[in-house]
Amino acid sequence: MTTEAISSGLSAGALSGPRGPKPKSLTIGRIGVYAFLILSALFFLMPLWVMIVTSLKTMPEIREGHLFNWPALLTFDPWLKAWDTACTGRDCNGLKPGFWNSVKITALSVPVSIVIAMINGYALSFWKYKGSEFLFGVLVFGAFVPYQVVIYPLIIGLSKVGLFATLPGIVIVHTIFGMPILTLLYRNFFASLPIELFKAGRVDGAGFWGIFFRIMLPMSVPITIVAIILQVTGIWNDFLFGTVFAGRENMPMTVQLNNIVTTTTGIREYNVNMAATILTAAVPLVVYFISGKWFVRGIAAGAVKG
Amino acid sequence: MTQIAEPGERAAPGFAGTAAERRPRTRRKFNIQSILGTTPMIATAVGVFIICIIFSIIWSFTNSKLFPNFNFIGLQQYERLWRTDRWIISVQNLFVFGVLSLGVSMVFGYLLAVFMDQRIKQEDLFRSIFLYPFAMSLVVTGLVWQWMFDPNLGIQSAVRQLGWTNFEFAPLVKQETALYGLVLGGLWNGVGVTMAIMLAGLRGVDSEIWKAAKVDGIPTWKTYLFIVLPMMKGAIATAFILQCTGVVKVFDIVIAMTQGGPGVSTQMPAVYVIQHITDRVNVGQGMAAATMMLVPVMVLIAVQYLLRWNANRKAGRA
Repeated sequence: MTTEAISSGLSAGALSGPRGPKPKSLTIGRIGVYAFLILSALFFLMPLWVMIVTSLKTMPEIREGHLFNWPALLTFDPWLKAWDTACTGRDCNGLKPGFWNSVKITALSVPVSIVIAMINGYALSFWKYKGSEFLFGVLVFGAFVPYQVVIYPLIIGLSKVGLFATLPGIVIVHTIFGMPILTLLYRNFFASLPIELFKAGRVDGAGFWGIFFRIMLPMSVPITIVAIILQVTGIWNDFLFGTVFAGRENMPMTVQLNNIVTTTTGIREYNVNMAATILTAAVPLVVYFISGKWFVRGIAAGAVKG
Repeated sequence: MTQIAEPGERAAPGFAGTAAERRPRTRRKFNIQSILGTTPMIATAVGVFIICIIFSIIWSFTNSKLFPNFNFIGLQQYERLWRTDRWIISVQNLFVFGVLSLGVSMVFGYLLAVFMDQRIKQEDLFRSIFLYPFAMSLVVTGLVWQWMFDPNLGIQSAVRQLGWTNFEFAPLVKQETALYGLVLGGLWNGVGVTMAIMLAGLRGVDSEIWKAAKVDGIPTWKTYLFIVLPMMKGAIATAFILQCTGVVKVFDIVIAMTQGGPGVSTQMPAVYVIQHITDRVNVGQGMAAATMMLVPVMVLIAVQYLLRWNANRKAGRA
């Protein structure tokens, strides 16, 4: 309870008597609180609003200015163009190839990275071996290393085995760079489980995989939801690895979006650019709004314990 | 039962467990399945985070151009690096960007968390609004803000049309202000996370503290600033580390928003490295820059190690 809330309660009581469930009145303090929050909310919402209205305007209307106004003449053409025919250099296929590439990359990278991290976390919690703690330490160190330090040798390494600029290549890269945080997530989760679960499995004669599949896997559903949210948004939003490792054939949506918007040929169509931007942001936004508090939990789980 | 692998640090979350917390080693059963199951981890830890880094460092001492070679030229790449204005400006930019982003993010994030903590209505709605930008890619963030900062059609012109004809708000077109535009875009994307972590920290503070402060007649703002804030070291450290790693890696938003310009006014170390291994085909130079990027991380790790070692020594004496 805060003094603002207390004083608001007191003043309300003095005016109208202590009737009703929660006496509330707007003191200056309360108004201040809401004013601050609403102004902040406007700041956060403004770009989304601008994106939406710009994407629905015609180019002549955009050239008149009035950034924040609702379109006088509503048009959905920019959306169609962004999806289907917008150009990057000489290719005019819109964002859709990028979208499907991102779907492919995400659909493959998410399960692979999560299964590997799950096994890592399980082994690190219950089946330590000589050197396993050292490996984990290296992995945690890897979470803090700037990607630029490892990117070039990784390019050379992947080219040597013929995986550079291929779909498996980019999946491997996402798996590698997702591993530190996911392994940490799962290790902390498994370490928080009661050891008796594990011992009971041992008494029943189950081994490494038996305990993993029959006891640990079913128990790790909640943490796996968190991991999926982390990975889907993270991989979909990736730009750096997409630019470097995906190659032209598998260019993800973020890279293609950037190419469409920064392409210098022809006049800049801001409405198409904004429609393309919303389309690229759509998938993680949907994940975010569906997952709600799980998303927050994902951030907290990925970070607090780190 | 002692034969079973003993999870030594079960109680200590994260990697921050001190040696003092570790239980005495029990003899572990050698388990081949555990090693097989973690092959990808072994490959990643050793192959990527050790061997790749070693190669980056080795190539930084060579004159590699398009392809890596092993013609060692000593420290010449580093000498060249620190004579290159573009790099020095990159480092300065990163410093300014980092200090501003971290500072504003922590203060604004904590303020938002405190205001969210006032038993407000629609808390979930506000939380969603503050946090949704983080779900979007930094490329999206960069492109949206680039559009809003457009000098002819963006916020500047919209406000001028309302009557303030001298209004100026187009930071990206000027060298002196472009970096601040970048900071604003980055903050819009990430402040919500700081808020969420801080709010979790606030909610974790014992309610007895609040009662005690109330009994002593301490004003709310003082309680928040001098009593509660020092109690949420964990949340602050978490938010801080999260922001720090984001700052050092800053790349996407620069490419999408300014491409390092105008001039070199928003050039960053991460961009410098990538440019040298792609467009500028000067791998040796790029690797020298990459190795320099590793230095702050190593320093942080060394500091943490020293602190832990010191704490252990003190604990040993006591």
